[in-house]
Amino acid sequence: MAETPHPRHSLLVRVTHWLITFAFLALLVTGLEIVVSHPRFYWGETGNDNTGVLFKIPIPASRNLVPTGYGYVLPDQNGWSRYLHFQSAWVLALAGALYLIAGFFSGHFWRNLLPSRSHVSWKQLALSIREHLRFKRPSAEEAWSYNVLQRLAYLLVVFVLFPMIVWTGLAMSPAFVSAVPAAVNVLGGQQSARTLHFFLTGALVLFLLVHVVMIFVAGFRNRMRAMITGRAAEPLEHV
Amino acid sequence: MSTITRRKLITTGIAAAAGASGLVVATELAKRYGLIPPDSGGIYGPGETLTYAAQRLLTRHSLAREFSRGQISAKPFTNEVDKLSDEFQRLQQGAFADWRVAVDGMVARRVSFSLAELKSFPQRSHITMIQCEEGWSYIAEWTGVPLSHVLALAGALPQARYVVYRSIQQDWWESIDMADALHPQTLLTYGMNGSELPVGFGGPLRLRVTRQLGYKSVKYIVRLTVTDDLKHFGKGLGSAAPEAGYAWYAGV
Repeated sequence: MAETPHPRHSLLVRVTHWLITFAFLALLVTGLEIVVSHPRFYWGETGNDNTGVLFKIPIPASRNLVPTGYGYVLPDQNGWSRYLHFQSAWVLALAGALYLIAGFFSGHFWRNLLPSRSHVSWKQLALSIREHLRFKRPSAEEAWSYNVLQRLAYLLVVFVLFPMIVWTGLAMSPAFVSAVPAAVNVLGGQQSARTLHFFLTGALVLFLLVHVVMIFVAGFRNRMRAMITGRAAEPLEHV
Repeated sequence: MSTITRRKLITTGIAAAAGASGLVVATELAKRYGLIPPDSGGIYGPGETLTYAAQRLLTRHSLAREFSRGQISAKPFTNEVDKLSDEFQRLQQGAFADWRVAVDGMVARRVSFSLAELKSFPQRSHITMIQCEEGWSYIAEWTGVPLSHVLALAGALPQARYVVYRSIQQDWWESIDMADALHPQTLLTYGMNGSELPVGFGGPLRLRVTRQLGYKSVKYIVRLTVTDDLKHFGKGLGSAAPEAGYAWYAGV
Protein backbone atom coordinates (compact mmCIF):
# COMPACT_ATOMS: atom_id res chain seq x y z
CA MET A 1 0.00 0.00 0.00
CA ALA A 2 2.03 2.93 -1.28
CA GLU A 3 1.60 6.34 0.25
CA THR A 4 0.87 9.05 -2.27
CA PRO A 5 3.40 11.82 -2.89
CA HIS A 6 0.77 14.59 -3.04
CA PRO A 7 -2.11 14.92 -0.66
CA ARG A 8 -5.47 13.78 -2.01
CA HIS A 9 -6.95 17.01 -0.68
CA SER A 10 -4.93 20.17 -0.06
CA LEU A 11 -4.51 21.40 3.51
CA LEU A 12 -6.74 24.38 2.80
CA VAL A 13 -9.52 22.20 1.40
CA ARG A 14 -9.28 19.88 4.41
CA VAL A 15 -9.31 22.64 7.03
CA THR A 16 -12.16 24.57 5.43
CA HIS A 17 -14.08 21.34 4.81
CA TRP A 18 -14.15 20.49 8.51
CA LEU A 19 -14.70 24.05 9.71
CA ILE A 20 -17.72 24.27 7.41
CA THR A 21 -18.90 20.80 8.45
CA PHE A 22 -18.96 21.67 12.15
CA ALA A 23 -20.38 25.13 11.51
CA PHE A 24 -23.11 23.62 9.33
CA LEU A 25 -24.08 21.05 11.95
CA ALA A 26 -24.27 23.78 14.62
CA LEU A 27 -26.32 25.97 12.26
CA LEU A 28 -28.64 23.07 11.52
CA VAL A 29 -29.36 22.18 15.15
CA THR A 30 -29.76 25.79 16.28
CA GLY A 31 -31.76 26.69 13.17
CA LEU A 32 -34.23 23.90 13.90
CA GLU A 33 -34.47 25.07 17.52
CA ILE A 34 -35.36 28.55 16.28
CA VAL A 35 -37.97 27.09 13.90
CA VAL A 36 -39.54 25.27 16.86
CA SER A 37 -40.42 28.66 18.40
CA HIS A 38 -42.56 29.40 15.34
CA PRO A 39 -43.04 26.36 13.08
CA ARG A 40 -45.15 28.29 10.58
CA PHE A 41 -43.98 29.58 7.20
CA TYR A 42 -45.27 32.40 5.04
CA TRP A 43 -44.65 34.06 1.68
CA GLY A 44 -44.20 37.78 1.13
CA GLU A 45 -43.23 40.42 3.68
CA THR A 46 -45.11 39.47 6.82
CA GLY A 47 -46.85 36.63 8.63
CA ASN A 48 -47.85 35.82 12.20
CA ASP A 49 -50.22 33.70 14.30
CA ASN A 50 -53.20 35.79 13.11
CA THR A 51 -52.52 35.38 9.39
CA GLY A 52 -52.72 32.46 6.99
CA VAL A 53 -49.69 30.30 6.37
CA LEU A 54 -47.88 28.96 3.32
CA PHE A 55 -47.41 25.76 5.30
CA LYS A 56 -46.74 24.72 8.88
CA ILE A 57 -44.75 21.92 10.39
CA PRO A 58 -46.96 19.66 12.55
CA ILE A 59 -44.83 19.86 15.69
CA PRO A 60 -45.38 21.45 19.09
CA ALA A 61 -43.84 24.90 19.57
CA SER A 62 -41.64 26.45 22.26
CA ARG A 63 -44.02 29.44 22.62
CA ASN A 64 -47.51 29.07 24.03
CA LEU A 65 -49.33 31.49 21.70
CA VAL A 66 -48.56 29.49 18.55
CA PRO A 67 -51.68 27.53 17.55
CA THR A 68 -50.07 24.11 17.03
CA GLY A 69 -52.93 21.93 18.25
CA TYR A 70 -50.71 20.41 20.92
CA GLY A 71 -51.63 20.88 24.54
CA TYR A 72 -48.10 21.54 25.71
CA VAL A 73 -45.19 23.89 25.07
CA LEU A 74 -41.56 22.90 24.56
CA PRO A 75 -38.75 24.63 26.49
CA ASP A 76 -37.45 27.86 24.93
CA GLN A 77 -34.00 27.33 23.39
CA ASN A 78 -33.78 30.47 21.27
CA GLY A 79 -31.27 32.44 23.37
CA TRP A 80 -28.24 30.18 23.01
CA SER A 81 -29.50 28.92 19.65
CA ARG A 82 -29.40 32.41 18.19
CA TYR A 83 -25.99 33.18 19.73
CA LEU A 84 -24.51 29.92 18.37
CA HIS A 85 -26.32 30.25 15.03
CA PHE A 86 -24.67 33.58 14.22
CA GLN A 87 -21.28 32.62 15.60
CA SER A 88 -21.34 29.48 13.42
CA ALA A 89 -22.54 31.56 10.49
CA TRP A 90 -19.38 33.67 10.81
CA VAL A 91 -17.21 30.52 10.84
CA LEU A 92 -19.03 29.19 7.78
CA ALA A 93 -18.90 32.50 5.90
CA LEU A 94 -15.22 33.17 6.65
CA ALA A 95 -14.09 29.59 5.93
CA GLY A 96 -16.29 29.60 2.82
CA ALA A 97 -14.79 32.88 1.60
CA LEU A 98 -11.27 31.54 2.18
CA TYR A 99 -12.14 28.37 0.26
CA LEU A 100 -13.65 30.34 -2.63
CA ILE A 101 -10.74 32.76 -2.94
CA ALA A 102 -8.16 29.98 -2.72
CA GLY A 103 -10.18 27.82 -5.10
CA PHE A 104 -10.14 30.50 -7.77
CA PHE A 105 -6.43 31.19 -7.49
CA SER A 106 -5.20 27.62 -7.06
CA GLY A 107 -7.17 26.28 -10.00
CA HIS A 108 -9.04 23.88 -7.70
CA PHE A 109 -12.37 24.75 -9.28
CA TRP A 110 -11.22 24.43 -12.93
CA ARG A 111 -9.16 21.34 -12.27
CA ASN A 112 -11.28 19.36 -9.82
CA LEU A 113 -14.87 20.63 -9.93
CA LEU A 114 -15.64 21.82 -13.44
CA PRO A 115 -16.63 18.76 -15.48
CA SER A 116 -14.24 18.20 -18.37
CA ARG A 117 -15.47 18.36 -21.94
CA SER A 118 -15.54 14.58 -22.22
CA HIS A 119 -17.75 14.45 -19.12
CA VAL A 120 -20.47 16.66 -20.47
CA SER A 121 -22.63 14.39 -22.56
CA TRP A 122 -25.94 12.69 -21.90
CA LYS A 123 -24.25 9.34 -22.42
CA GLN A 124 -21.63 10.03 -19.76
CA LEU A 125 -24.24 11.40 -17.39
CA ALA A 126 -26.51 8.39 -17.88
CA LEU A 127 -23.57 6.07 -17.29
CA SER A 128 -22.62 7.88 -14.10
CA ILE A 129 -26.21 7.82 -12.85
CA ARG A 130 -26.43 4.07 -13.52
CA GLU A 131 -23.21 3.45 -11.64
CA HIS A 132 -24.45 5.48 -8.68
CA LEU A 133 -27.77 3.65 -8.61
CA ARG A 134 -25.92 0.34 -8.46
CA PHE A 135 -23.75 1.70 -5.61
CA LYS A 136 -20.74 0.69 -7.64
CA ARG A 137 -17.46 1.34 -5.93
CA PRO A 138 -15.31 3.79 -7.84
CA SER A 139 -12.31 2.46 -9.69
CA ALA A 140 -8.87 3.23 -8.30
CA GLU A 141 -8.33 5.90 -10.93
CA GLU A 142 -11.69 7.50 -10.38
CA ALA A 143 -11.10 7.66 -6.65
CA TRP A 144 -8.38 10.18 -7.41
CA SER A 145 -10.68 12.61 -9.03
CA TYR A 146 -14.39 13.39 -8.96
CA ASN A 147 -16.95 11.81 -11.27
CA VAL A 148 -19.31 13.99 -13.25
CA LEU A 149 -22.32 13.73 -10.89
CA GLN A 150 -20.06 14.45 -7.95
CA ARG A 151 -18.66 17.52 -9.69
CA LEU A 152 -22.11 18.84 -10.53
CA ALA A 153 -23.30 18.24 -6.96
CA TYR A 154 -20.28 20.04 -5.47
CA LEU A 155 -20.67 22.95 -7.91
CA LEU A 156 -24.33 23.26 -6.92
CA VAL A 157 -23.46 23.23 -3.21
CA VAL A 158 -20.49 25.60 -3.47
CA PHE A 159 -21.87 28.13 -5.94
CA VAL A 160 -25.62 27.99 -5.45
CA LEU A 161 -26.82 26.49 -2.17
CA PHE A 162 -24.27 27.96 0.25
CA PRO A 163 -24.29 31.47 -1.28
CA MET A 164 -28.09 31.37 -1.33
CA ILE A 165 -28.40 30.27 2.28
CA VAL A 166 -26.03 33.03 3.42
CA TRP A 167 -27.95 35.54 1.32
CA THR A 168 -31.40 34.49 2.58
CA GLY A 169 -30.02 34.54 6.13
CA LEU A 170 -28.78 38.10 5.72
CA ALA A 171 -32.09 39.05 4.08
CA MET A 172 -33.83 38.28 7.39
CA SER A 173 -31.64 40.75 9.32
CA PRO A 174 -33.48 44.06 9.83
CA ALA A 175 -30.18 45.94 10.18
CA PHE A 176 -28.54 44.36 7.13
CA VAL A 177 -31.50 45.09 4.86
CA SER A 178 -31.65 48.67 6.13
CA ALA A 179 -28.29 49.10 4.40
CA VAL A 180 -28.96 46.73 1.48
CA PRO A 181 -32.75 46.69 0.94
CA ALA A 182 -32.45 44.99 -2.45
CA ALA A 183 -31.18 41.86 -0.68
CA VAL A 184 -34.68 41.19 0.65
CA ASN A 185 -36.78 43.02 -1.94
CA VAL A 186 -35.70 40.79 -4.84
CA LEU A 187 -36.66 37.71 -2.81
CA GLY A 188 -40.22 38.99 -2.45
CA GLY A 189 -40.07 39.91 1.22
CA GLN A 190 -38.67 39.03 4.61
CA GLN A 191 -40.95 36.02 5.18
CA SER A 192 -40.12 34.72 1.70
CA ALA A 193 -36.45 34.93 2.67
CA ARG A 194 -37.17 32.92 5.82
CA THR A 195 -39.08 30.26 3.86
CA LEU A 196 -36.34 30.02 1.21
CA HIS A 197 -33.74 29.75 4.00
CA PHE A 198 -35.68 26.74 5.31
CA PHE A 199 -35.92 25.04 1.87
CA LEU A 200 -32.23 25.64 1.22
CA THR A 201 -31.49 23.97 4.54
CA GLY A 202 -33.49 20.98 3.33
CA ALA A 203 -31.48 20.86 0.11
CA LEU A 204 -28.18 21.01 2.01
CA VAL A 205 -29.30 18.28 4.42
CA LEU A 206 -30.22 16.10 1.43
CA PHE A 207 -26.77 16.73 -0.02
CA LEU A 208 -25.17 15.87 3.35
CA LEU A 209 -27.05 12.55 3.55
CA VAL A 210 -26.10 11.51 0.00
CA HIS A 211 -22.53 12.71 0.58
CA VAL A 212 -22.17 10.58 3.71
CA VAL A 213 -23.75 7.51 2.07
CA MET A 214 -21.30 7.90 -0.81
CA ILE A 215 -18.38 8.06 1.62
CA PHE A 216 -19.46 4.69 2.99
CA VAL A 217 -19.93 3.24 -0.50
CA ALA A 218 -16.50 4.45 -1.57
CA GLY A 219 -14.74 3.25 1.59
CA PHE A 220 -15.27 5.15 4.81
CA ARG A 221 -11.84 4.80 6.40
CA ASN A 222 -9.89 5.75 3.36
CA ARG A 223 -12.06 8.72 2.43
CA MET A 224 -12.07 10.04 5.97
CA ARG A 225 -8.31 9.67 6.16
CA ALA A 226 -7.93 11.51 2.86
CA MET A 227 -10.00 14.44 4.13
CA ILE A 228 -8.35 14.53 7.56
CA THR A 229 -4.66 13.82 6.92
CA GLY A 230 -4.58 14.28 3.15
CA ARG A 231 -3.06 10.86 2.70
CA ALA A 232 -4.82 8.17 0.72
CA ALA A 233 -3.82 4.63 -0.01
CA GLU A 234 -3.09 3.58 -3.57
CA PRO A 235 -4.77 1.66 -5.05
CA LEU A 236 -7.86 2.75 -3.25
CA GLU A 237 -10.41 0.48 -1.69
CA HIS A 238 -9.41 -2.59 -3.71
CA VAL A 239 -7.37 -4.07 -0.92
CA MET B 1 12.69 19.02 1.21
CA SER B 2 14.27 20.89 4.11
CA THR B 3 14.26 24.23 2.22
CA ILE B 4 10.55 23.88 1.51
CA THR B 5 9.92 23.10 5.15
CA ARG B 6 11.94 26.12 6.25
CA ARG B 7 10.24 28.40 3.78
CA LYS B 8 6.90 27.09 4.89
CA LEU B 9 7.90 27.63 8.51
CA ILE B 10 8.94 31.22 7.86
CA THR B 11 5.81 31.96 5.81
CA THR B 12 3.60 30.43 8.46
CA GLY B 13 5.42 32.38 11.17
CA ILE B 14 5.01 35.67 9.32
CA ALA B 15 1.35 34.91 8.61
CA ALA B 16 0.73 34.03 12.26
CA ALA B 17 2.49 37.18 13.49
CA ALA B 18 0.57 39.31 10.98
CA GLY B 19 -2.67 37.64 12.02
CA ALA B 20 -1.99 38.14 15.73
CA SER B 21 -0.98 41.80 15.38
CA GLY B 22 -3.92 42.36 13.03
CA LEU B 23 -6.22 40.99 15.71
CA VAL B 24 -4.70 43.28 18.37
CA VAL B 25 -5.05 46.33 16.09
CA ALA B 26 -8.62 45.33 15.20
CA THR B 27 -9.51 44.95 18.88
CA GLU B 28 -8.05 48.38 19.73
CA LEU B 29 -9.88 50.03 16.83
CA ALA B 30 -13.10 48.24 17.74
CA LYS B 31 -12.82 49.51 21.33
CA ARG B 32 -12.07 53.06 20.25
CA TYR B 33 -15.00 53.23 17.84
CA GLY B 34 -17.43 51.49 20.18
CA LEU B 35 -17.79 48.31 18.16
CA ILE B 36 -17.73 45.87 21.09
CA PRO B 37 -21.13 44.88 22.49
CA PRO B 38 -21.60 44.75 26.29
CA ASP B 39 -22.27 40.98 26.19
CA SER B 40 -18.97 40.26 24.40
CA GLY B 41 -17.67 38.06 27.22
CA GLY B 42 -18.27 34.32 27.14
CA ILE B 43 -18.10 31.75 24.40
CA TYR B 44 -20.38 33.59 21.98
CA GLY B 45 -18.46 36.87 22.38
CA PRO B 46 -16.47 36.60 19.14
CA GLY B 47 -19.57 36.03 17.03
CA GLU B 48 -21.50 38.82 18.76
CA THR B 49 -18.61 41.24 18.37
CA LEU B 50 -18.20 40.43 14.68
CA THR B 51 -21.92 40.84 14.07
CA TYR B 52 -22.25 44.09 16.00
CA ALA B 53 -19.06 45.63 14.59
CA ALA B 54 -19.82 44.61 11.01
CA GLN B 55 -23.41 45.81 11.16
CA ARG B 56 -22.48 49.09 12.88
CA LEU B 57 -19.93 49.86 10.18
CA LEU B 58 -22.47 48.96 7.49
CA THR B 59 -25.57 50.56 8.98
CA ARG B 60 -24.56 53.63 10.96
CA HIS B 61 -26.95 55.91 9.07
CA SER B 62 -29.12 53.50 7.10
CA LEU B 63 -32.89 53.65 7.42
CA ALA B 64 -35.05 50.60 7.99
CA ARG B 65 -37.26 49.82 5.02
CA GLU B 66 -40.49 51.80 4.99
CA PHE B 67 -43.63 50.45 3.36
CA SER B 68 -46.70 51.84 1.63
CA ARG B 69 -50.00 52.29 3.44
CA GLY B 70 -51.40 49.35 1.49
CA GLN B 71 -48.79 47.05 3.02
CA ILE B 72 -49.90 47.66 6.61
CA SER B 73 -50.84 44.29 8.13
CA ALA B 74 -54.57 43.80 8.55
CA LYS B 75 -53.84 41.35 11.34
CA PRO B 76 -50.92 42.44 13.50
CA PHE B 77 -50.02 40.21 16.42
CA THR B 78 -50.02 41.28 20.05
CA ASN B 79 -47.34 39.22 21.69
CA GLU B 80 -47.97 38.06 25.22
CA VAL B 81 -46.99 40.30 28.10
CA ASP B 82 -46.70 39.37 31.77
CA LYS B 83 -49.60 40.45 33.96
CA LEU B 84 -49.66 44.24 33.91
CA SER B 85 -48.36 45.72 37.14
CA ASP B 86 -50.60 47.39 39.74
CA GLU B 87 -48.92 50.69 38.94
CA PHE B 88 -49.77 50.27 35.25
CA GLN B 89 -53.39 49.45 36.05
CA ARG B 90 -53.69 52.46 38.32
CA LEU B 91 -52.42 54.75 35.52
CA GLN B 92 -54.64 53.00 32.99
CA GLN B 93 -57.69 53.80 35.12
CA GLY B 94 -56.75 57.45 34.81
CA ALA B 95 -56.52 57.13 31.02
CA PHE B 96 -52.73 57.49 31.37
CA ALA B 97 -53.08 61.21 32.19
CA ASP B 98 -50.44 60.75 34.90
CA TRP B 99 -48.07 58.66 32.76
CA ARG B 100 -44.63 60.23 32.75
CA VAL B 101 -41.27 59.35 31.26
CA ALA B 102 -38.20 60.50 33.17
CA VAL B 103 -34.86 61.31 31.52
CA ASP B 104 -31.76 61.10 33.71
CA GLY B 105 -28.10 60.03 33.76
CA MET B 106 -25.59 61.96 31.65
CA VAL B 107 -27.88 64.87 30.85
CA ALA B 108 -27.56 68.62 31.47
CA ARG B 109 -30.95 68.63 33.23
CA ARG B 110 -33.05 65.80 34.58
CA VAL B 111 -36.50 66.15 33.09
CA SER B 112 -39.72 64.22 32.90
CA PHE B 113 -42.52 64.51 30.37
CA SER B 114 -46.19 63.61 30.42
CA LEU B 115 -47.82 61.96 27.41
CA ALA B 116 -49.49 65.27 26.56
CA GLU B 117 -46.10 66.98 26.52
CA LEU B 118 -44.61 64.23 24.34
CA LYS B 119 -47.52 64.65 21.92
CA SER B 120 -46.86 68.40 21.71
CA PHE B 121 -43.31 67.75 20.46
CA PRO B 122 -42.50 67.34 16.74
CA GLN B 123 -44.25 64.25 15.49
CA ARG B 124 -42.95 61.67 13.08
CA SER B 125 -44.57 58.58 11.58
CA HIS B 126 -43.18 55.65 9.65
CA ILE B 127 -44.64 52.46 8.25
CA THR B 128 -42.15 49.79 9.24
CA MET B 129 -41.97 46.11 9.98
CA ILE B 130 -41.58 44.69 13.44
CA GLN B 131 -40.00 41.26 13.47
CA CYS B 132 -39.90 38.90 16.42
CA GLU B 133 -36.81 36.77 16.96
CA GLU B 134 -39.19 33.78 16.83
CA GLY B 135 -39.86 34.43 13.15
CA TRP B 136 -43.22 36.18 12.87
CA SER B 137 -43.74 39.79 11.80
CA TYR B 138 -46.19 42.53 10.88
CA ILE B 139 -46.15 45.99 9.34
CA ALA B 140 -47.74 48.98 11.04
CA GLU B 141 -47.64 52.75 11.00
CA TRP B 142 -45.98 54.03 14.13
CA THR B 143 -46.34 57.60 15.35
CA GLY B 144 -44.35 59.33 18.04
CA VAL B 145 -41.63 61.77 18.92
CA PRO B 146 -38.05 61.03 17.85
CA LEU B 147 -35.98 59.90 20.83
CA SER B 148 -33.26 62.29 19.62
CA HIS B 149 -35.62 65.23 20.25
CA VAL B 150 -36.30 64.16 23.84
CA LEU B 151 -32.57 63.59 24.45
CA ALA B 152 -31.80 67.05 23.08
CA LEU B 153 -34.38 68.62 25.41
CA ALA B 154 -32.68 66.96 28.37
CA GLY B 155 -29.27 67.99 27.04
CA ALA B 156 -27.61 64.61 26.64
CA LEU B 157 -23.87 65.08 27.17
CA PRO B 158 -21.50 64.56 24.24
CA GLN B 159 -19.72 61.67 25.95
CA ALA B 160 -22.97 59.68 26.12
CA ARG B 161 -22.67 56.31 24.45
CA TYR B 162 -25.86 54.42 25.36
CA VAL B 163 -29.44 55.05 26.35
CA VAL B 164 -30.96 52.63 28.87
CA TYR B 165 -34.75 52.45 28.74
CA ARG B 166 -37.09 50.87 31.22
CA SER B 167 -40.63 49.57 31.18
CA ILE B 168 -43.05 50.07 34.05
CA GLN B 169 -43.10 46.26 34.16
CA GLN B 170 -40.56 44.84 36.57
CA ASP B 171 -37.15 43.77 35.17
CA TRP B 172 -38.01 44.82 31.62
CA TRP B 173 -35.28 47.08 30.35
CA GLU B 174 -33.03 47.41 27.34
CA SER B 175 -30.32 49.69 26.00
CA ILE B 176 -29.15 50.91 22.62
CA ASP B 177 -26.05 52.73 21.42
CA MET B 178 -26.19 56.36 20.26
CA ALA B 179 -26.31 55.30 16.58
CA ASP B 180 -29.73 53.82 17.28
CA ALA B 181 -30.75 56.33 19.97
CA LEU B 182 -30.20 59.32 17.66
CA HIS B 183 -31.49 57.46 14.60
CA PRO B 184 -34.34 59.39 12.91
CA GLN B 185 -36.68 56.35 12.97
CA THR B 186 -36.22 55.67 16.68
CA LEU B 187 -39.46 56.99 18.16
CA LEU B 188 -41.09 57.16 21.54
CA THR B 189 -44.27 55.81 20.03
CA TYR B 190 -47.78 56.71 21.22
CA GLY B 191 -49.78 56.06 18.04
CA MET B 192 -50.31 53.08 15.77
CA ASN B 193 -52.14 52.93 12.43
CA GLY B 194 -53.70 56.35 13.01
CA SER B 195 -55.06 55.62 16.51
CA GLU B 196 -53.75 55.60 20.06
CA LEU B 197 -51.16 52.86 20.56
CA PRO B 198 -53.17 49.94 22.04
CA VAL B 199 -51.97 48.49 25.35
CA GLY B 200 -51.31 45.11 23.70
CA PHE B 201 -48.85 46.73 21.31
CA GLY B 202 -47.10 48.73 24.04
CA GLY B 203 -49.44 51.66 24.68
CA PRO B 204 -49.34 54.23 26.00
CA LEU B 205 -45.63 54.50 25.21
CA ARG B 206 -43.28 52.14 23.38
CA LEU B 207 -39.77 52.78 22.12
CA ARG B 208 -39.60 51.66 18.48
CA VAL B 209 -36.09 50.66 17.38
CA THR B 210 -36.63 49.92 13.70
CA ARG B 211 -33.34 48.24 12.80
CA GLN B 212 -33.45 45.66 15.56
CA LEU B 213 -35.77 42.79 16.42
CA GLY B 214 -38.99 43.31 18.36
CA TYR B 215 -37.56 42.60 21.78
CA LYS B 216 -35.56 45.84 21.62
CA SER B 217 -38.84 47.76 21.18
CA VAL B 218 -39.74 47.71 24.88
CA LYS B 219 -43.35 48.42 25.87
CA TYR B 220 -44.65 50.83 28.58
CA ILE B 221 -41.60 53.14 28.78
CA VAL B 222 -41.23 55.19 31.99
CA ARG B 223 -37.54 55.98 32.23
CA LEU B 224 -34.59 56.83 29.99
CA THR B 225 -31.05 56.90 31.37
CA VAL B 226 -28.18 58.29 29.33
CA THR B 227 -24.79 56.74 30.12
CA ASP B 228 -21.28 56.14 28.81
CA ASP B 229 -20.95 52.72 30.42
CA LEU B 230 -23.37 49.82 30.84
CA LYS B 231 -21.33 48.04 33.52
CA HIS B 232 -23.39 49.40 36.38
CA PHE B 233 -26.78 48.43 35.02
CA GLY B 234 -28.11 45.06 36.13
CA LYS B 235 -25.46 42.39 35.71
CA GLY B 236 -23.43 44.63 33.41
CA LEU B 237 -24.38 42.80 30.23
CA GLY B 238 -26.17 45.80 28.74
CA SER B 239 -29.80 44.87 29.24
CA ALA B 240 -32.26 42.31 30.54
CA ALA B 241 -32.05 40.26 27.31
CA PRO B 242 -28.50 38.91 27.85
CA GLU B 243 -29.39 38.18 31.48
CA ALA B 244 -32.08 35.88 30.06
CA GLY B 245 -29.66 34.37 27.54
CA TYR B 246 -30.52 36.56 24.54
CA ALA B 247 -28.13 38.78 22.60
CA TRP B 248 -27.92 42.47 23.53
CA TYR B 249 -27.59 43.47 19.90
CA ALA B 250 -30.58 42.27 17.90
CA GLY B 251 -29.87 43.54 14.39
CA VAL B 252 -29.99 39.97 13.12
